[in-house]
Amino acid sequence: MGEKIATRAAYGKALVALAEEYPDLVVLDADLSTATMTNGFAKAYPERFFDMGIAECNMVGVAAGLAACGKKPFANSFAMFTVGRAFEQVRNSVAYPRLNVKVVGSHGGLSVGEDGATHQCCEDFATMRSIPGMVVCCPCDGNEMTAAVKALLDYDGPAYLRLGRLAVDTVTDAIPGYKFELGKGVELREGSDAAVIAVGLMVQKALAAAELLAAEGVSLRVIDMHTVKPLDTELVLKAAEETGCIVTTEEHNIIGGLGEAVCACVSGSCPVPVVRHGVEDTFGRSGKAEQVLEHYGLTPEGIAEKVRQALKLKKG
Amino acid sequence: MDAKELHSLTLTAAKVRSLALDAVFAASSGHIGGSLSVADILTVLYFHTMKVDPADPTAPGRDRLVLSKGHTSPALYAALALKGFFPQEELKLFRSIQGHFSGHPDMVHVKGVDMSTGSLGQGISAAVGMALAGKLDKKDYRVYAVLGDGEIEEGQVWEAAMAAAKYHLDNFCAIVDVNGLQIDGATADVMPSEPLDKKFESFNWHVLKVDGHDIEAIAAALDKAATLKDKPTVILAKTVKGKGVSFMENDAGWHGKAPNAEQYEKARAELAAVLEKLEKEGK
Repeated sequence: MGEKIATRAAYGKALVALAEEYPDLVVLDADLSTATMTNGFAKAYPERFFDMGIAECNMVGVAAGLAACGKKPFANSFAMFTVGRAFEQVRNSVAYPRLNVKVVGSHGGLSVGEDGATHQCCEDFATMRSIPGMVVCCPCDGNEMTAAVKALLDYDGPAYLRLGRLAVDTVTDAIPGYKFELGKGVELREGSDAAVIAVGLMVQKALAAAELLAAEGVSLRVIDMHTVKPLDTELVLKAAEETGCIVTTEEHNIIGGLGEAVCACVSGSCPVPVVRHGVEDTFGRSGKAEQVLEHYGLTPEGIAEKVRQALKLKKG
Repeated sequence: MDAKELHSLTLTAAKVRSLALDAVFAASSGHIGGSLSVADILTVLYFHTMKVDPADPTAPGRDRLVLSKGHTSPALYAALALKGFFPQEELKLFRSIQGHFSGHPDMVHVKGVDMSTGSLGQGISAAVGMALAGKLDKKDYRVYAVLGDGEIEEGQVWEAAMAAAKYHLDNFCAIVDVNGLQIDGATADVMPSEPLDKKFESFNWHVLKVDGHDIEAIAAALDKAATLKDKPTVILAKTVKGKGVSFMENDAGWHGKAPNAEQYEKARAELAAVLEKLEKEGK
């Protein structure tokens, strides 16, 4: 297992690393550059960094205007504010005119921790994937994030990228032949009894759940679905056909996120049981990040329990 | 401005009004009141001030206009058609399922539209982004945003105003179509926003005031704005909602309503009389 690093930290480094290769890359922030970690870019490329102050709606609109003139803007704040407060700007000023803006939401999910419910955005996948043409991406570790930033720079169109606050284990660097491609999930662990499809930091917890279940004789496939939209339906259906039951896990409301996307995918083509694991339609609370995750059952054991449920629902 | 140009612009503005009215009547839907109030402003921008080429609508060095008060698309589409971005006949498809002239400006499908707008308060931010890009690329194009005085009740407008001042966007000019009316009535009653000049001054903008139906004055203000340095400029253009159609003037009821056949004939006759007179004078 590789280094422990927050995806936001890997993101900030990637922006700096890619700045010369992509001269049109510009970065906007809303007074949170030390938290979203765009401050490194701000320091290295001050003329290409715009701190728009605590005004996310304007920031997203300005990004749209920059994109209309050929720039590749990344607009940053906490997920709660870029896609929460500025939802309509993302929809009408970015996505509708198909402008090449990357909307970035740092501090997604409950792992914000101490700041509490007002800052724990568990609705971003739902709102962003409901917008026509939006790509929705949430890498699980620093290695994947680095690749995702480059892929998003090469992708000409509106996209949402979720970053996490918490330092997480790097797991994708150990996968033989690992290659990041937008819209293509990655099978991190083989398995035949059930498949868990995970996104973000739940990927690491899903891998831990697979270890727990292996001790019970259950062979759990683990899929890292870093792109929530467009969903890799081929990989989802392959898992449905080959394992016969699926658990989805996400640091997001079980309404509207990866779980529902997977349900929609299998229900029309290969209806197998899908048990959704995530935030059970409730607001978060303050606490240390890992304590908050545990409080809401976002743990390897939480996933394992859902897998046991799925196995019971499985036919035959 | 010489008499010839003044006559030409006045005639074009009359055509914009006429085409906007026809489009709204054909669609049985659309925002005629604000289209008539903004007609002179858009005419001067497209036919006097801005460097744009209908044959090359996405030229990187072109001036840009964002109609932040996007609901007055009938006037914008009319001005773009007259400028030659697309045939005038296509305006019959305004708001029609058979065409691509959405109710609000659509940059993806309509040539000459620099930004999709319609949700009030958003266009000015995009215009700020365009002006920032111009500064970054050291290009000399100018960016214009046209706003309504009801629209500026949106907080985002003031977020954008702060950002434009922060970045010293003297390549940026906002024009506010101050017709004093919005859907629910007088702006002074719905949400008082005056004094607009002092507001923009305190946001570190240059402020110019004009009669928004005085073509020479609008042109002079836009010319002057191009010479003002270090800060963005706002032109507060006092207008009459429904300008040019007697029974629509200063009536909030004509904000988003299409005329019926009888009203259309009456309105058309009034606008046609002005057109005819101007055309005669031109000969």
